[in-house]
Amino acid sequence: MSPRKAGATGLRVLRQLRHDPRTIGLILLIPTVLMVVMRYVFNDDTTTFKAFAPIILGIFPFIVMFIVTSITMLRERTTGTLERLMTLPIAKLELLSGYALAFGLLAVCQAALASFVTLHWLDTSISGSVGLIILVALLSGLLGMSLGLFMSDFATSEFQAVQFMPALVFPQLLTSGLFVARDQMAKLLQWFADIMPLTYVVDAMKRVTTDANWTAGLARDIWVIVGFALAALVLSAATLRRNH
Amino acid sequence: MSAIAVEHLGVAIGGREILSGVTIDIPEGKVIGLLGPSGSGKTTLMRTIVGLQKPKTGHVMVFGLLAGSKQLRKEVGYMTQAPSVYGDLTVEENLRYFGTLVGEGKPRISTIMADVDISALGGRLVSGLSGGERARVSLAVAMLAQPPLLVLDEPTVGLDPLLRQQLWQKFHELARGGTTLLVSSHVMDEASRCDGLLLIREGKLLAAGSPSALKAQTKTQSVEEAFIQLVGAKR
Repeated sequence: MSPRKAGATGLRVLRQLRHDPRTIGLILLIPTVLMVVMRYVFNDDTTTFKAFAPIILGIFPFIVMFIVTSITMLRERTTGTLERLMTLPIAKLELLSGYALAFGLLAVCQAALASFVTLHWLDTSISGSVGLIILVALLSGLLGMSLGLFMSDFATSEFQAVQFMPALVFPQLLTSGLFVARDQMAKLLQWFADIMPLTYVVDAMKRVTTDANWTAGLARDIWVIVGFALAALVLSAATLRRNH
Repeated sequence: MSAIAVEHLGVAIGGREILSGVTIDIPEGKVIGLLGPSGSGKTTLMRTIVGLQKPKTGHVMVFGLLAGSKQLRKEVGYMTQAPSVYGDLTVEENLRYFGTLVGEGKPRISTIMADVDISALGGRLVSGLSGGERARVSLAVAMLAQPPLLVLDEPTVGLDPLLRQQLWQKFHELARGGTTLLVSSHVMDEASRCDGLLLIREGKLLAAGSPSALKAQTKTQSVEEAFIQLVGAKR
């Protein structure tokens, strides 16, 4: 593992995005704008807003990094650059770490902006810690990235890659406790929610937006998210075959 | 030692036989042309040599090592038919990234850009380049690490005759310095520029030898005629 090659890969991915400033703008602004809109949708009902805010903060890094990563990787596969990389002296771990560096940084910037605006400008008395919110958002982004890397192997076109997002996200969103408390859902869906990673992202985000302290429950959520992300990374490494 | 030794190679993709019974020996320091119509298996043979395609039968050795070995990743430069460089990066950003991976810096990048005549394009986005320019960026990446073996899949497609001439001169210059080049083409007039030729058709090696030997053997005036003769003789 050479940090230099991983760093160069991360820098390369960021440079690719830099030539596409509109995408960067969209990534950074969408969650923040949505938070502002939602704040005034609920208007005087700040209790409901406080219940929904963590969902946006938690889900968005996942969704955005999933889409951006799966399309970037799909392009690597279809334009032959991935194949070229496979003939060069770069380890899969270096390549994947490079991706994680680039998209992790993006997830941090996105979450920093959204949580700063929410906590300081929207006057909601959300009593969490910005640091922990950013940490959970980063992990959510890295989870989205890992799954995006993995799923890109199953997509043969950008249309398919984009469709994987709702297919993967909506069932998890519905069962994550957003609309109905998890213990009121049908038993089968409760089990489903228990094994889905976004459940833990939403759970962790709820914790850090209500409590500025590190708790055992938060630690458990974080371990589950990290475990899922690592498992998806291992699976995606397996899809980067050097030969067929 | 031979640069490439292919023995009884058979390759099947999705159950379809692409190559069968191919045996080739390529010495070091030569420019070898791989000729055949499109669909004849040229690209598959090249992919097997660079280790991207697993053989079904037989084996491929490169510098005495099994094709695709980790130690070979610095020894083999591969240029694919479709230019595999990043369209959303500039020419220089592409070369700098691949340069870091193979351990080459600015001086080497400037040299190689001059060699393939893209020095003036450094700051341009690859997606905005013409097909021929893109192909040259891809060629520059393949040659960046100065690997002792270059496998180039149709590197001169779409280039103007002058530049083509220049590149072939460059190939021979490299060969004189000990580099082995395997260059595919479906244009027979490029054949005369090679030290040795491999003619393949429908996944089988039709003939191998120097252009003059092939012409003499078939009593023909051009490689194209020789090719036709050889196809006829097999029937």
